[in-house]
Amino acid sequence: MKHNLYMTPFLVISITAIVVLPNAVQASEAPLNYFLHSYGPAAKPTMYLGWVLAGLSVIICIVISLLLLTAIIRKRSRSDPYSIDREGGGLLWIYIGTGISTIILFGLVIYSSMILNQVAKPTQTPALTVTVTGYDWWWKVEYEHDDPTQHIITANELHIPVGLPVLIKLKSADVIHAFWVPKLAGKTQMIPGLVNQQWIQADMSGIYAGQCVQFCGAGHAHMGLEVIAKSPQEFEDWQNTQRKTAMLSFKTFEDPGYKVFMDQCAGCHTIRGTEAAGKHAPDLTHLNSRRKIAAGLLANTPDHLKKWIMNAQELKPGSRMPSFALSNHEIAALMLFLSNLD
Amino acid sequence: MAISDKKHNLPDNRLERVPEYGCAPTGSTVEMRLAHTWECNPGWRGWFSTVDHKTIGIRYLITAFIFLIIGGIEALIMRAQLSLPDQTLLTPEQYNQLFTMHGITMIFLYALPILSGFSNYLWPLLLGSRDMAFPRLNALSYWIFLFAGVFMYASFPLGQAPNAGWFNYVPFSGPIYNTGPNIDVFALGMVLLGISTTVGAVNFIVTLFKMRAPGMTINRVPILVWGTLTASVANLITIPAVSLAFLLLWLDRQVGTQFFDVANGGKPLLWQHLFWIFGHPWVYAIVLPAMGIVSDALPTFCRRPLVGYTAVALATMATMMFGFVVWVHHMFATGLPTISLSIFGAASMAISIPSAVAVFAWIATIWLGRPVFKTPFLFFAGFVILFVIGGLSGVMVAAVSLNWQLNETYFVVAHLHYVLLGINVFPVIGGIYYWFPKFTGRMMNEKLGKWSFWVMFIGFNAAFFPMHIAGLLGMPRRIYTYSSHMGWDTVNMITSIGSFIFAIGILIFLVNVMISLKRGVLAGSNPWDAATLEWSISSPPPAYNFAVIPIIASRHPLWENRLNESSERSSLSEGYLLTAGHETIGTSPIDAKPQVILKMPGDSYIPFFVGLFVSLLFVGLLFHWWSFIGVMTAACCITLILWMWPQKSLAQRTVFNADHSSQNNSEKI
Repeated sequence: MKHNLYMTPFLVISITAIVVLPNAVQASEAPLNYFLHSYGPAAKPTMYLGWVLAGLSVIICIVISLLLLTAIIRKRSRSDPYSIDREGGGLLWIYIGTGISTIILFGLVIYSSMILNQVAKPTQTPALTVTVTGYDWWWKVEYEHDDPTQHIITANELHIPVGLPVLIKLKSADVIHAFWVPKLAGKTQMIPGLVNQQWIQADMSGIYAGQCVQFCGAGHAHMGLEVIAKSPQEFEDWQNTQRKTAMLSFKTFEDPGYKVFMDQCAGCHTIRGTEAAGKHAPDLTHLNSRRKIAAGLLANTPDHLKKWIMNAQELKPGSRMPSFALSNHEIAALMLFLSNLD
Repeated sequence: MAISDKKHNLPDNRLERVPEYGCAPTGSTVEMRLAHTWECNPGWRGWFSTVDHKTIGIRYLITAFIFLIIGGIEALIMRAQLSLPDQTLLTPEQYNQLFTMHGITMIFLYALPILSGFSNYLWPLLLGSRDMAFPRLNALSYWIFLFAGVFMYASFPLGQAPNAGWFNYVPFSGPIYNTGPNIDVFALGMVLLGISTTVGAVNFIVTLFKMRAPGMTINRVPILVWGTLTASVANLITIPAVSLAFLLLWLDRQVGTQFFDVANGGKPLLWQHLFWIFGHPWVYAIVLPAMGIVSDALPTFCRRPLVGYTAVALATMATMMFGFVVWVHHMFATGLPTISLSIFGAASMAISIPSAVAVFAWIATIWLGRPVFKTPFLFFAGFVILFVIGGLSGVMVAAVSLNWQLNETYFVVAHLHYVLLGINVFPVIGGIYYWFPKFTGRMMNEKLGKWSFWVMFIGFNAAFFPMHIAGLLGMPRRIYTYSSHMGWDTVNMITSIGSFIFAIGILIFLVNVMISLKRGVLAGSNPWDAATLEWSISSPPPAYNFAVIPIIASRHPLWENRLNESSERSSLSEGYLLTAGHETIGTSPIDAKPQVILKMPGDSYIPFFVGLFVSLLFVGLLFHWWSFIGVMTAACCITLILWMWPQKSLAQRTVFNADHSSQNNSEKI
């Protein structure tokens, strides 16, 4: 019995270590691993708080486990098995244990409030405001401008300049979603009827993965987004490209691809510069400038795009995008048309 | 003849009938008369009409355990789907229905009802009474629970089960995004179940304050009683919030109101507040009685009383007090002002202080005691570790900014399973091992018992510890699949394997129950040499519980001679006889001085029919059968009138003295 009690935890720990360690390397590269890799002033203090709390938890857990194990197996003087010990005594355990716990917790309350204060608001006024709206199951991203022609609308990609705080306004078009780019900041719910806010700041250029993290229905598992942080100059260039309307040489119904698009797709999708002005689905004006399609599900290649158009319901069950039954001729024409949306 | 010693009669002449005092050993005429009075009808008539708290308690336990198994199977199917990336065993819709039903089943149909089962069975035995305060209400509570459970599963075989998660956020659960009958089933089922929980809670509270054996002052009741009392008071306060929320949702869906409809000025956030104002105290309601099981049973295996009884009892209540002011920690990411978040965050951390009291009390009890390594002890000791891990991860998620990362990830899934399985399932199974001899008269097999513990303990940790890691790696909850490049493959595989190991542990336990029912060693009245009243009577207990109502002189009536704390001794074989029909003694709330002879109702079909008609009324609401609803309402009213109809045999006012300020009616006690 004693043998068992001592061995089991060690056995569990060592087996876990053997299995987990080689994979820890792989896991630390996980795109959403905020616990080891947070960047920017909106996320880093929280990461340190996480380390302190996790470390403290492990220590306390070990101390209590040892206390409990010792309590169970410690040697006792032989006594009459029929006897019962008196009720009094042992209160010191409660006083000391609860006292220490209270002091630690008091410290943690203060520390976590300080961290909350640090990450709740940026120190300087945000340079840029972006509105992100959650849809079933994708993200609309809008960069507002005083001049409506300068307005940018894109989807599932949030481009930001490096080193500057960016204010994000969060809305929802249907049910509650949550915006979460864990390496840059914690999550905030997007609640219909409300405009929530949060801020992010990337200190290094790069691509930061995000994910809807509030259960929102069938497509919840496939509702990813990416934050792409680039130098202010590159960001400016990107904005200028995105502001342009689609450069299409054949915006007429004589073009079979354009016709298919207008018949089948334009009810939901917009291409600025054409008559396609649907509001329920991502704006496709600069479709080919994006890294991924279907809210992070697939890399944006012509093959994937074709698969997505024909088999959306298999790739992302329940998606609002239907699987289109197009003839070879039609899909070829449509693909050719879409390939022009740079 | 047993009725002797009239000189011991209570010198209280203000009671209109002086209760007879004496002994009633097994086989005596008095005892046989009691047995005859209290036994229930044989066969199916007794099955539908019994109001015996022991039968009802066992039914609660079995029904809740069946729900545990159903919920567990749902979990295993989900773990099979998640064991590898990009699996297509389940569609998202199937997965969403499974995790929703898993949550509903475990939280509403297993976790509280199983504890109600223990409390129903044990309260009168722990308190030295012959039944609960309202036996028929008790039966009603069970029937409605059963019907509500069946009701909530009604749409499952049609592939139309609730699919919006157990916390069912609007607008996803509203009429626009969820058009099937699924959410209506959930909403009406929850209102129905709320009736059962409410009447059950009332029964516990009144029983505690009015039905304790004479001399069992409030500071002598077992901690399980404190736990269930606290949970019951919390339920009375919070169930209206959730019933209201689900009623408003149902009205939105079926009648066209707009409480949560954004387009017409409704507020989705209102749902979250109403739900969590209920939801968080509920979490404590489903753990505090289980902690009480440990606080009461662990000392038996440490051969000493619990360390710090008063501190643990107060901590139990303090936990619930804090429990009312922490609901916003489920809503940290909803955009509320940071100043209020930090207050709720601090309260959520502070709630672990009373938990620390309990943990150190248990450790001190083991340390200072002489542990006996029987199966229940293993479950209780294992529980302490799981409780600590769940508590620590709870402190982590209470830090607001860290919560913004951890919330809605698998870290929270890990946390809540450590809390709910660790603090509910482990004590419950330990409690079944502990009280099985009392329930059935037979011991459970020790060897299988130890196997079941170790398999469950190892499986549990293998299943749920890696979930913390999955959460730290960013895995959101409630996703039906994940891609391999997310780095979550290994943790999910370990979790899935662990969950099946855990299920095997439960299976061993069930096999043990089956075998022990038939072939277990006969237990005798007190196989563990425990201290509390339920062990003073035969196993299984007779229908009338106590042949004489005992008179209590300490917290540990069966250990008094050995503890020898004072010269007073409880009187277990000699006490009030009360043989004129279904009778027990009513006592004062704090000091437990005898006040009144309570006349208890006998078996009755009425609770079954009230439960049936109320449930059919809800079926009618589901299908909009308006005339059927009218008929059922009338049927409910008629059965309730029959229930309330004055009966001469229950006319306790004839023995009740209008002046019940009987503070000093018995110097003897």
